[in-house]
Amino acid sequence: MARIVGGMGTSHVPSVGVAYDRGKLQTPEWQPLYDMFVPVKEWLARIDPTVVIIAYNDHGTDLFFDKYPTFALGAADSYPQGDEGYGPRPLPPVRGDAEFSWHLAEQLVWNEFDITVCQELGMDHGLLVPMNLCWDHRPDWPIKVVPLQINVLQHPLPTARRCWKLGQALRQAVEAYPGDERVLVIGTGGMSHQLNGERFGFMNENWDQQFLDWIEDDPERVINMTHQELMEKGGAESVELIMWLTMRGALTPKVKRIDRGYYNPMTTGIAVLTLEDA
Amino acid sequence: MCQKAQLDGPLQLDPNRPIDGTYIFDWRLSRQGYRLNKLAYSLGTAANRDAFKQDEEAYYDRFNLTHEEKDLIRKRDFLGLIQHGTNIYMMLKLGAATGNGLYQMGAQQRGETYQEFLATRNNKSAT
Repeated sequence: MARIVGGMGTSHVPSVGVAYDRGKLQTPEWQPLYDMFVPVKEWLARIDPTVVIIAYNDHGTDLFFDKYPTFALGAADSYPQGDEGYGPRPLPPVRGDAEFSWHLAEQLVWNEFDITVCQELGMDHGLLVPMNLCWDHRPDWPIKVVPLQINVLQHPLPTARRCWKLGQALRQAVEAYPGDERVLVIGTGGMSHQLNGERFGFMNENWDQQFLDWIEDDPERVINMTHQELMEKGGAESVELIMWLTMRGALTPKVKRIDRGYYNPMTTGIAVLTLEDA
Repeated sequence: MCQKAQLDGPLQLDPNRPIDGTYIFDWRLSRQGYRLNKLAYSLGTAANRDAFKQDEEAYYDRFNLTHEEKDLIRKRDFLGLIQHGTNIYMMLKLGAATGNGLYQMGAQQRGETYQEFLATRNNKSAT
């Protein structure tokens, strides 16, 4: 059967994608972030995942408010680069695994998660920036991806608890797959940041560090938080952190931490946390 | 309006605890800003960006913007656009088409110059 070999929480700041495209991740301003991912890449080489499920959000790149799914699962063998307003990035399409995706879709829906299945989905920085930090796209992406899109844009959003339960259901679905896939689960988003209104630029490092403690050791503390509380503590857009709970729900109740890093240069707390089943 | 008794869990948004300087993109703002967001979203293709840059006024009319909405775009009033229901991520495409990056739009929302805003950051080179 397929199995989950690890979980990762990380941010998806768009300027990191720009720095990656320009080969500037090792300039002084980005070196701390690059360094955070050196041990992460070593860990990835050790656990050797064959497919990664990424709980992420689209940023008005493909999905629009005419029809806005709460949970949407990509089910294609290839996902094109989207256009975020500057033209598509110079990256190959993201490699998918339609058969695995459809299996997950079937299992999730039968397990009462009424997801939207997408046979076409354009990718944006929400999914690509974590990939840029973990893998090199040349000559092609070394891993297949299942995009799992979560609504964190238009309230009402799914609750933190719902995202966590989705992770639990995802684990069941993975383990019901007859193949021998080694599955990594990434939850992206956050950490503290706010991009709208006069409160633009709000960050809260103390809260970010507290969140990193809780998601590892005491996820129930985060699961019980409302969107209101998350936004008060971390800024309106930090509500994206609910996507980390999908990753956490896919792991065992107790986990082993592998690495943890944090850097907040401009407007967003950028973190990485890697975990394995205990 | 309060339906707390009918929910198993707590209300996720508390209208009695507004957050200063924050415009939560809920269904009210999404309804109000629908035209603005539809225009901004459309700028995710090069052909539409060209059409917008060639004749902004004609482009506004494709989306039935109100006079007030047109004026907000004309003036590049990003705080006003947010207050009138433009979603921040849709607005990024409007910024891209008008030469305004996220941090420029952010400085304006804070009522600061770009340089003033940068001075408040931990590492202003990491743009």
